[in-house]
Amino acid sequence: MASLIHCPHCGVRPKEEFSIRGDASLVRPDPEASDEAWHDYVHIRSNPRGRYREHWQHVAGCRRWLVVERDTFTHEVFSVTDGAATAREAGR
Amino acid sequence: MRYSAFSIVKNALSGNVNWKPAWRQPEPKPFYDVIIVGGGGHGLATAYYLAREFGLKNIAVLEKNYLGSGNVGRNTTIVRSNYMLPGNEPFYEFSMKLWEGMEQDLNYNAMLSQRGVINLYHNDGQRDAYIRRGNAMWMEGVPAELLDRAALKKMLPFLNFAHARFPIMGGLLQKRGGTARHDAVAWGYARAADRLGVDLIQNCEVTGIRREHGVVTGVETSKGFIGCGKLGLAAAGNTSRVGEMAGLKLPIESHVLQAFVTEGLKPAIDHVITYGAGHFYISQSDKGGLVFGAEIDGYNSYAQRGNLATVEHVMEEGVTMIPGLSRVRVLRSWGGVMDMSMDGSPIISQTPIDNLYLNCGWCYGGFKATPASGWCFAHLIAKNETHPVARFLRLDRFERGYPIDEHGAGPQPNLH
Repeated sequence: MASLIHCPHCGVRPKEEFSIRGDASLVRPDPEASDEAWHDYVHIRSNPRGRYREHWQHVAGCRRWLVVERDTFTHEVFSVTDGAATAREAGR
Repeated sequence: MRYSAFSIVKNALSGNVNWKPAWRQPEPKPFYDVIIVGGGGHGLATAYYLAREFGLKNIAVLEKNYLGSGNVGRNTTIVRSNYMLPGNEPFYEFSMKLWEGMEQDLNYNAMLSQRGVINLYHNDGQRDAYIRRGNAMWMEGVPAELLDRAALKKMLPFLNFAHARFPIMGGLLQKRGGTARHDAVAWGYARAADRLGVDLIQNCEVTGIRREHGVVTGVETSKGFIGCGKLGLAAAGNTSRVGEMAGLKLPIESHVLQAFVTEGLKPAIDHVITYGAGHFYISQSDKGGLVFGAEIDGYNSYAQRGNLATVEHVMEEGVTMIPGLSRVRVLRSWGGVMDMSMDGSPIISQTPIDNLYLNCGWCYGGFKATPASGWCFAHLIAKNETHPVARFLRLDRFERGYPIDEHGAGPQPNLH
């Protein structure tokens, strides 16, 4: 894991300031969606070896939720963006 | 060659040059009745029980690296059956009983040492939870013993009983729990399976799963196509990748777990001890090194190496529990890739594809399960029928709403 993370709000910070929640590619289904859709959302994971987008929270900094794209094998970090901004861009 | 005291003497007298390799190095045949993907503890045990218990003949185990190169050679060697939930406890107790007869069964010294596993508690609530767990174990016929502080002080005088924040009040003891020599377990199953005619094919990576008319017909490998009648996946941390080759979408995340060993010491820690205020566990190997670990790093990873922040955290937990550890030097640390399931419990199951079977989701507890996992998986593959003690470990339990969540942490693998 990279030691330093470039937070879009706070600048370069040690990664220990962040807490990792998990897969950022999942989209919460509609409350009325089928059981299958909810099962996929709650339980099923793509779990790739390679590029992966994750939700991180900068708990010891701005406390914003972020989307971190990194490699699950080399641990290289490609990008860190604000979670809300990323969701807005995706039209959510 | 059967191993015995006589064979040791005989070979010693002839200069130890006549020992035969423990298993063959066969080239793959074009077709096997059953192929197991993954030459770790679970895959090898599965092949062994398929041949011995269920009488199958034409079996291969495919391993992309060398036998036992994954988690069976990377764990902290703890063997126990002190679970609480009815979906888990009978399965792990079945495993414990198999451990107890395994060395004679395999004709291999796995150095099983039933030295006792002690889980420490630090407050009244935790004591009550341990009493409940002990009672749940007794209900499945598994002896458990609650130790108070006085009893513990006598057994483990080196613990930090008077810690200001996490005083040690007692512990739950499973006397039959202990440790086993992890590599020897893989080697023992490999040798025993090989003697029954199982082909163990190393350096043979599965790169694709060929399907026709909705059933598996074989696997593409780095050594060419190999046909099969039934396919069993026991690929641990790489389960999602192998499953994807067959179009399976699985409730699995791969996480890294670290383990550590210190320089060799004189006998100091006689049991397996786990810390109740964290997730630290420690034992002493027969060579003298203290073997210990704690929780997973907490993020998806396919790398067999961990993070320094976690290393620091593990050391802090260890020194909090046993202050004397601060003067011991750590020799080595390493990481293994865990197949974390969404409820923290394993999966031994049929899949939506008729002749494809799945063994995964061992989280960081797969070693103790090795014999039962192999037995139940072999039972499932041979008879196409779930073994009674593994009946709750089905893949479809998630969508049906019957998770086995021992920690009560919810579908969040990095919290299990």
